[in-house]
Amino acid sequence: MSLNARSLALHLGLVAVLFALCFLLPTYHQGNLARIMVLATYAVGYNVLFGYTGLLSLGHAMFFAAGMYGLGLAMQLGGLSPVPAFAVGLLSAAALSAIVALLALRTIGVAFMIVTLMFSQAAFLTALYFGAWTGGDEGFVIAQASRQIAGYDLTNPTVRYLAALAVFSVALLMTGRMMQASFGHVLIGVRENEERTQMLGYDVYRHKLLAVIISGTLSGAAGAAYALLFGYVGATFASVQYSIFPLLWVLLGGAGTTIGPLIGVIFMFYLIDYSSGLTSAYMLIAGVVLVLLTLYARTGLMGEVRKRWVPWLP
Amino acid sequence: MEFGPHLLLAVLEGAVGAAVLALTALGLSLVFGVMRVVNVAHGEFFMVGAVVAWFVADTIAGHPAVGFVAALIVAPLVAGLIAVLVDKLVLKQVAYDPEATIVGTIGVLYILQQTALMTYGPEPRPVEAPFSHRIALPWFEWGENGLAMFYPWGLSITSYKLFVIFAAATVLVAFWLVMSRTRYGLIMRATQLDRETALAFGIPVQRVYSIVFGLGAGLAALAAVLIVPIQQAYYLMGAEPLLLSFIVVIIGGLGSVRGTVVAALMIGMSDGVISVFLSPTLSKIIATLLVALVLVFRPQGLFGTKAA
Amino acid sequence: MTLLETKELTRIYGGLTAVNHVGFKLPQGEVHALIGPNGAGKSTFVGMVSGRIPASSGEVWFEGRNVTDLPAHRRIRLGMAYTFQITAVYERLSLADNIALALRDRTRAQILVALDRVGLADRADQITGDLSYGHQRLLEIAMGVAQSPRLLILDEPTQGLAESEIEGFNTLIRTLAGQTTILLIEHNMSVVMALADRITVLETGEILASGTPDEIHANAAVQEAYLGTG
Repeated sequence: MSLNARSLALHLGLVAVLFALCFLLPTYHQGNLARIMVLATYAVGYNVLFGYTGLLSLGHAMFFAAGMYGLGLAMQLGGLSPVPAFAVGLLSAAALSAIVALLALRTIGVAFMIVTLMFSQAAFLTALYFGAWTGGDEGFVIAQASRQIAGYDLTNPTVRYLAALAVFSVALLMTGRMMQASFGHVLIGVRENEERTQMLGYDVYRHKLLAVIISGTLSGAAGAAYALLFGYVGATFASVQYSIFPLLWVLLGGAGTTIGPLIGVIFMFYLIDYSSGLTSAYMLIAGVVLVLLTLYARTGLMGEVRKRWVPWLP
Repeated sequence: MEFGPHLLLAVLEGAVGAAVLALTALGLSLVFGVMRVVNVAHGEFFMVGAVVAWFVADTIAGHPAVGFVAALIVAPLVAGLIAVLVDKLVLKQVAYDPEATIVGTIGVLYILQQTALMTYGPEPRPVEAPFSHRIALPWFEWGENGLAMFYPWGLSITSYKLFVIFAAATVLVAFWLVMSRTRYGLIMRATQLDRETALAFGIPVQRVYSIVFGLGAGLAALAAVLIVPIQQAYYLMGAEPLLLSFIVVIIGGLGSVRGTVVAALMIGMSDGVISVFLSPTLSKIIATLLVALVLVFRPQGLFGTKAA
Repeated sequence: MTLLETKELTRIYGGLTAVNHVGFKLPQGEVHALIGPNGAGKSTFVGMVSGRIPASSGEVWFEGRNVTDLPAHRRIRLGMAYTFQITAVYERLSLADNIALALRDRTRAQILVALDRVGLADRADQITGDLSYGHQRLLEIAMGVAQSPRLLILDEPTQGLAESEIEGFNTLIRTLAGQTTILLIEHNMSVVMALADRITVLETGEILASGTPDEIHANAAVQEAYLGTG
């Protein structure tokens, strides 16, 4: 089987497994997995920029939040129904990514990280500042009654799960396809040796710009989906913590692999779920995992799998 | 209180903040200047300083001044030792790779923060100042008899706050003297300028790095001990000093000591003044956007030199 | 036809003039060697030609077109290829992936043909970083050739190559000569004498002499400055 066919088979297989799990899992885990899949969409988006293009952003929460608030405010204040509101969320995230890209891509390395962090902080503070509309730290709830698409009630656990799966599948298949195409290979070239890629005739700046926009829009899609499926919009999702999470997930799962992000989210979700039962200081786990990853496993779980056993893993 | 005295009060309060910020930011700038790494856990060393100060003050009975002096010694030491440990266990192992250091220190941030949560608890707690006398401040106004001095009600400052400004200034001057006049300072500056050559001259670069990292943390902790009688010790208090230190170091120019001090004065004063007239949230938004834009359009800051 | 021309091309770094108002003409189909002592400005010169380094002043003309304001990647697309003085390949990727990026084509057959030109076809799936420096260098040359460029710029291509590899390199360049115009910086004088149609000698940013290998060999000023026994 050719490389591309194998990759497609893997991704479709994963989607099929996730589909089956909808009907096999007990309610608690089914609900968890729905949440995990939406967050994994966020991680997939982050992976495009970090794992494939090699740009470390510390401010992706602003894109997630742009999608979340875009959809949330469109429904709450604008009275829009879910589908056009989702489009508003996507457009908000896309627009924000474009603006941030145009500014932040003038910097490199550490400066890029700090600039993205600063813009994200400003976005978070802005959400707090306009608390009258955004509900500030507390946020607001989107009424159950409005969360229906084509007669399907999104608050129904099974419908919600399948909706989350739909969003994740699109993100997964899209990035899978993108990485097989020439565009994806050039992104990897930019990551591996930017000057060499430039001197092979590729417009590195344009590629980075598109990578930021695609990454930010996917993250925004996840944010919009989260608001729609779980009915809550809040400034916490724009805080620094939600910029660190995707980094953590992708590093753990395997940066630069397509299924690594999902694995990372599953792992961390259940690790934190378990430890928050033990102590309120569950973020300690996140800290320890980050340090251990930095020291011993920079390639992450799927990265190790690819290195040792499955060299064709996309 | 009218505008004039109000402004004076804001300026004085700002000066206190600026003094503490200058020390904290200096720690961050020193680490970046000599080691070329960004320590994202820097704010947590500040918090460690405050929390340790609380523990010391709580343990030592008697006059609060005794506990305070003890804290001034113990807290920076503890923070410094933790930092040296982090350097040896984490930073050295990743060979000070910029990206790995940032990710690793984010991890350290959460470890320190959550450990404080587990040991110290989630509530903010006060530490008593070693001394505190209210000093009324005079204001001048044109009266019937020409320029008259009077004491507007509410325009005052505590002796402790004046002490903080004085103490911070002393430490800054002492630091500058050490850096520019002593052999240790020379070694640090040499390592900052050219690591390879420093190695060739027999300077133990690895040890310098550990000491510098410890010193950076110690400065932050010292600043925290000074401010904790005015603020309170709280496990989440590291976030704001981190953000502000970042702003100062970037605007002042990464690695430039003079720039750090001047920028700290600017940021600290304006943060204090602006916060009086604008909402603190809005002034923070402006500050963060300013940092981002400075990095984008003038990456060398106000005082740094453009990297070749 | 003049493929490449520079007019008053200059590069100043702070107080140092690395390349000083250099005027240079390269006819199509020629193999041209650029030699000179270290620090003469050779790499800076070709850096400006390719667009990697911005010029302080002066112009670069390629195929009758002023490309001075074009960014490097556009010039590459117009038909230039560039190999770095210090090997710049994708060390964590396989040789095949490296060539694929140069070819802009992932067809296996094409990749193997490109690798075969430097004798590396049997190592197509090895990770580049695992190869010897000499092999990595050959890969980079293969990447340059794979682009079927109009102008191939080689910055000290044989440095780090074993004798047999240098022989292979010479043969490769001879097969290209005529279709591809080649500008190479070299310190290895035997390679220069074997391959070059014409030679230009640079010293402290200026052209000291220019001519056929025999003319340069006989030039007293060049001998004094650089050549020795050649």
